[in-house]
Amino acid sequence: MSSTDRFIPDRLQSPLQQRLKSWETLLLAVAIGIFIANSLASPYFLNAWNLSDATFNFTEKAMIAFAMALLIVAGEIDLSVASIIALASTAMGAAAQVDASTLTLVLVGLSVGLACGAFNAVLVCGMGLPSIVVTIGTMSLFRGISYIILGDQAYRGYPTSFAYFGQGYVFWVISFEFVLFAILAVIYGVILHKTNFGRAVYAIGNNATGALFSGIRVNRVKSILFLLTGLMSGVAAVCLTSRLGSTRPSIGLGMELEVVTMVVLGGVNILGGSGTIPGVVIAAFVMGLVTFGLGLLNVPGIVMSIFIGALLIGVIALPRLWQKWRG
Amino acid sequence: MTPESLTPPSPVAPVLRLDRITKTFPGVKALNEVELALYPGQVTALVGENGAGKSTLVKILTGIYQPDGGAITVDGTPVRFRAAQDAADHGITAIHQETVLFDDLSVAENIFLGHAPKSRFGLIDTSAQRHMAAEILRGIGAEIDPDARLRDLGIASKHLVAISRALSIDARVVIMDEPTAALSHKEIHELYDLVEQLKAQGKAILFISHKFDEIFRIADRYTVFRDGQFVAEGRIDEITEGDLVKMMVGRSVDQIFPKRAPQIGETVLQVTGYDHPTEFEDINFTLNKGEILGFYGLVGAGRSEFMQALFGITKPSKGVTKIDGKIRVIRSPAEAVNAGIVYVPEDRGQQGAIRPMPIFQNVTLPSLARTSRNGFIRLAEEFALAREFTQRLDLRAASLDTPVGNLSGGNQQKVVIAKWLATQPKVIILDEPTKGIDIGSKAAVHDFMAELAAQGLAVIMVSSEIPEVLGMSDRVIVMREGRIAAELEGDDLTPETLVRHAAGIAEA
Repeated sequence: MSSTDRFIPDRLQSPLQQRLKSWETLLLAVAIGIFIANSLASPYFLNAWNLSDATFNFTEKAMIAFAMALLIVAGEIDLSVASIIALASTAMGAAAQVDASTLTLVLVGLSVGLACGAFNAVLVCGMGLPSIVVTIGTMSLFRGISYIILGDQAYRGYPTSFAYFGQGYVFWVISFEFVLFAILAVIYGVILHKTNFGRAVYAIGNNATGALFSGIRVNRVKSILFLLTGLMSGVAAVCLTSRLGSTRPSIGLGMELEVVTMVVLGGVNILGGSGTIPGVVIAAFVMGLVTFGLGLLNVPGIVMSIFIGALLIGVIALPRLWQKWRG
Repeated sequence: MTPESLTPPSPVAPVLRLDRITKTFPGVKALNEVELALYPGQVTALVGENGAGKSTLVKILTGIYQPDGGAITVDGTPVRFRAAQDAADHGITAIHQETVLFDDLSVAENIFLGHAPKSRFGLIDTSAQRHMAAEILRGIGAEIDPDARLRDLGIASKHLVAISRALSIDARVVIMDEPTAALSHKEIHELYDLVEQLKAQGKAILFISHKFDEIFRIADRYTVFRDGQFVAEGRIDEITEGDLVKMMVGRSVDQIFPKRAPQIGETVLQVTGYDHPTEFEDINFTLNKGEILGFYGLVGAGRSEFMQALFGITKPSKGVTKIDGKIRVIRSPAEAVNAGIVYVPEDRGQQGAIRPMPIFQNVTLPSLARTSRNGFIRLAEEFALAREFTQRLDLRAASLDTPVGNLSGGNQQKVVIAKWLATQPKVIILDEPTKGIDIGSKAAVHDFMAELAAQGLAVIMVSSEIPEVLGMSDRVIVMREGRIAAELEGDDLTPETLVRHAAGIAEA
């Protein structure tokens, strides 16, 4: 009964055609628009060092956002990331007080991040609890531990070489953080878009039951994603602590929502199943450019958050409204 | 087919009458000019196989579906039910197999939801509501606290609440859709008493059941449907169980099944002592190369539950699986696939396909290890594998990157089967493989099943459609209430034997 006369093409549209119509293309246009608007609005914008400074607005958040993007594509979320930064930074601060080496400090930061991710993974994947509830809980828990340890104190006295991660430059105006951001963008892009693991992430996010029935080890994949998100929070903790040179328990407060905003702005469906790393990369630039441009215009931080919120809603709502008008 | 004439009128006129009701869905005539009459103070049993059109009829009676043709009369007046509320306004209420109630509301709130007694200020008069609920519950002899939360009640008590709700709206027609499916022996007897009470109150009852013992115990009349057609109706005391079975299944097998010359080889799968605390018990069987083994039974007989345990989804409390004589421990679908067992589930949308994803990604999902190098995807190999297996199944689609959700039910099923064949399995389990798909795709799936068996694959087919079971299987296991009721082959394979074993009727 097999018939070879009926040929089904691989695709009707070339990948390039599909890409042109994608969310990422629209977002890129928005980014370019903001870039042009900024350079018209402020004479200080088009300056290599200023632009380099601007990248610090998003590099740390974006590192977490890459892992968070995978987690959200898989239909889960981790709201404890900013609190993991606090706990990891506190642990590094404590280690610095006993004169730990820079390498030890980095290892402490990364291991605390990984351990926090493992804790979330056990609660969500091991016990089957909803991730939004679990990570709201661990959000309070992790930062709470920092508050108990530090109170209103701060850890200082990090070794000089530790400053490189947040303040060092690899080449001219290219900072270490920016290079790390670029490398991580490529790694996560490859993981999500070019590997079997990434395919499993999409399958789980689109239909976790169907993925399980297709022989995907759903809980294993999700656990790895929580571990990765914890690890990336640890990486961000190293960079942020190094950049600030001190640790307070309020470090990175509220950053989890900026990370989620970046992921959603990047076109990742908050309900899971779709989204790309290039989208998140462009969204990182958009958010960085907006905050930097408004900063140059002396717009206060609180007003800036209003802009970011409006941008998020606007970019998400416009295509829908456009379709409604035309349909 | 000419319906036997409606039996001479009872002394009383019917409360509700359906005349030449027709309902068509895309590709299927679910009901074709069927007749039904319900009389006050009498229980009418509606009998038919799965797919006979019973549930469609219930949905028409309760206003959920609108018929394409025919007339419904209540007390001799033609009526139209445009929505569920219209049917309720005419005093028609249904008690479903799974009761449609609200777990977090109280018993009294459940009974009076939507028609609660109101106080002067237009608010719900809770004390009157509680009082009236208590009265109704007392009336049916149910010892249930009207203030209890429904969540805290057992399934039998929930049924009583559903019945109380039916009584509270002063129903004249009560539809009971397999009301005993989830009840224990004792609870079933309490339900019978209640049915007697409802009869005494002059209510007309439509009783849908697969269990012959209860039909003959409580029904006064019967109506038989087959394949969406009206077959017969009459008084239950004028027929025997055997007559009823013949009316249910006595079909001209109009579907053509592929002719097969089965080449049955050595044993591939050996299942011993599969037990589960609630779903199934003591399942033992073997399956050979090139064989199609049918699993027949009523809905709820535990067939799918057992298959999912075999596939590693649910955990059996014990049981051993041997593939080619070697014990394989299967704790997850991934391990089942590695052992060579694959499962095409009944619930295609949720369990079978990942509908938003493209066809080729669905097909290669369990085979990614083969189309990739060191975990990195190779698109060209993916498309090649997907093309090979979708072509073997004669898939109809615009392109291989079309989302599976855009395909028809039959083509979605082909994608799911292609996905599993691409893993080169030893045993393929097909759970209701042709449910809800059009005739053309059905034939394609049947042909393909035959081809697979001819190529030496061992096939398990779970099906509730008797013609399919008879037309395709070399051997049939009938399950009833979680146990193997019979293993049939050769001349023992008849519609009558299947129905008897599945329903638990002793040999005539």
